[in-house]
Amino acid sequence: MHLVGVRGVSKVFGNGVAALAGISLDIAAGEFLSILGPSGCGKSTLLRLIAGLLRPTAGTIEWPGGRRDLGFVFQEATLMPWATVLGNVALPLRLHGMARSEREARAAEMLARVGLKGFERTWPRELSGGMKMRVSLARALVVEPRLLLMDEPFAALDEITRHRLNGDLLDLWRHSGVTVVFVTHSVFESVFLSQRIVVMAARPGRVAAELAIDPQQPRDESFRTSTEYGAYCRLTSARLGDAMAMGPLA
Amino acid sequence: MSLRVVAPIVMGVLMLALWEAAVRMAAIPPYILPGPILVAQTLIDDWGTLAPSLLVTLRITLEALAAAVLVGGLLAVLFSLSRWVELSLFPYAIILQVTPIVAIAPLIIVWANDVDLSLLICAWLVAFFPILSNTILGLRSVDPNLLDLFQLYGAGRWRTLVHLRLPAALPYFLGGLRISGGLALIGAVVAEFVAGTGGSASGLAWRILEAGYQLKIPRMFAALVLISATGIAIFLLLTLLSHLLLRRWHESALSTER
Repeated sequence: MHLVGVRGVSKVFGNGVAALAGISLDIAAGEFLSILGPSGCGKSTLLRLIAGLLRPTAGTIEWPGGRRDLGFVFQEATLMPWATVLGNVALPLRLHGMARSEREARAAEMLARVGLKGFERTWPRELSGGMKMRVSLARALVVEPRLLLMDEPFAALDEITRHRLNGDLLDLWRHSGVTVVFVTHSVFESVFLSQRIVVMAARPGRVAAELAIDPQQPRDESFRTSTEYGAYCRLTSARLGDAMAMGPLA
Repeated sequence: MSLRVVAPIVMGVLMLALWEAAVRMAAIPPYILPGPILVAQTLIDDWGTLAPSLLVTLRITLEALAAAVLVGGLLAVLFSLSRWVELSLFPYAIILQVTPIVAIAPLIIVWANDVDLSLLICAWLVAFFPILSNTILGLRSVDPNLLDLFQLYGAGRWRTLVHLRLPAALPYFLGGLRISGGLALIGAVVAEFVAGTGGSASGLAWRILEAGYQLKIPRMFAALVLISATGIAIFLLLTLLSHLLLRRWHESALSTER
């Protein structure tokens, strides 16, 4: 059974811009789904609709098993500069009213899992871009969400850091069983990470194609240089090219 | 010692020496321009009169500043919680701010029917606006993604205010506080000039007026020195407070070493 169902969702903003038109999409529990598309195709809007931060103009977002906790990672780390790393990660638990000692213990445990053990008392400004993003990831995962929504989280990082975070994200995904919806405009990133890629076309945003990536492929650094990876990237690029060639809907 | 401490001190000593030398060489009488040594001497001799006045001015200034923090801060929070309240009240806060205090001080003195209270009201009126407008700006300058995050985790208005909007507004509030500290002193002095009396006890402004009537110009200068010193002390204290509260996280308090 799927975790979330997007049913014929359209979004028209107050200024008359049609961001999304008739999107339908099932998100299976436990899958790693990437949403790939050019900028301005409504990827972020779709993510915010799933999160419940926006209301659809038409259509519905269904949670067949009931709405669950979710985590959200933004393009920037979006940390509170006045709180320590531990305070930032513990924030969602604090807002849920959890006692201090318990939430700090859980946050510290989560920090260790993203590789930031020993940085609990550090201030966000003292961290590098990649470490800030790890803190952001830990904050999203600390509530043990069923669904993790990520909005181009690694787009602002350098390639070496991005590759390391890609690998670590896959580890976290495998071990936690969380469902991930990952928005990106990078073909290579989407192929490396995903089991399924949804390619979107712009103006208005709509689903142009869907691709499956063989889940049996080992996702490690050797995959990045394999012929299979190259073939998947070619195929995905072609689909993305088709999507970008699609004219605006009449 | 760094240049930013040494340079102004050297400059100050030089100017004072020049002043003293000019007064002596031109034989300017002290009722026109007293030299700095005479002013310092007067400050010591008249300390018995000046010290109680300094305390009066200081008390009014600090009370006005406290009231400005309380009212300015609370109004800012209220405005941020309700757009409706802000739209209906903010124009009046601006009217209070742009009306010159010397123009309304006589009215306040008539209405308040108590000189101490009217001095306090005048000083408060001058001081509260920077705190109000700066805090409003800070409460609005919140990262929209963090607001989304708080909404996502079901935080209501109150929790969003306490855990997000207030900390984000703190640097702005402290900036307003530093301006208001100086303004509260100016308000307290100006109001006393307008009132022409110190009420139950006389402040430094009254000492200046009184010394002017009696042509005790060195004492006038001594009172002026005390007012300036008070202003500088308030500014330094508020700067220190700001540094202590922000040094761990805010860009403004970070060392420039990179």
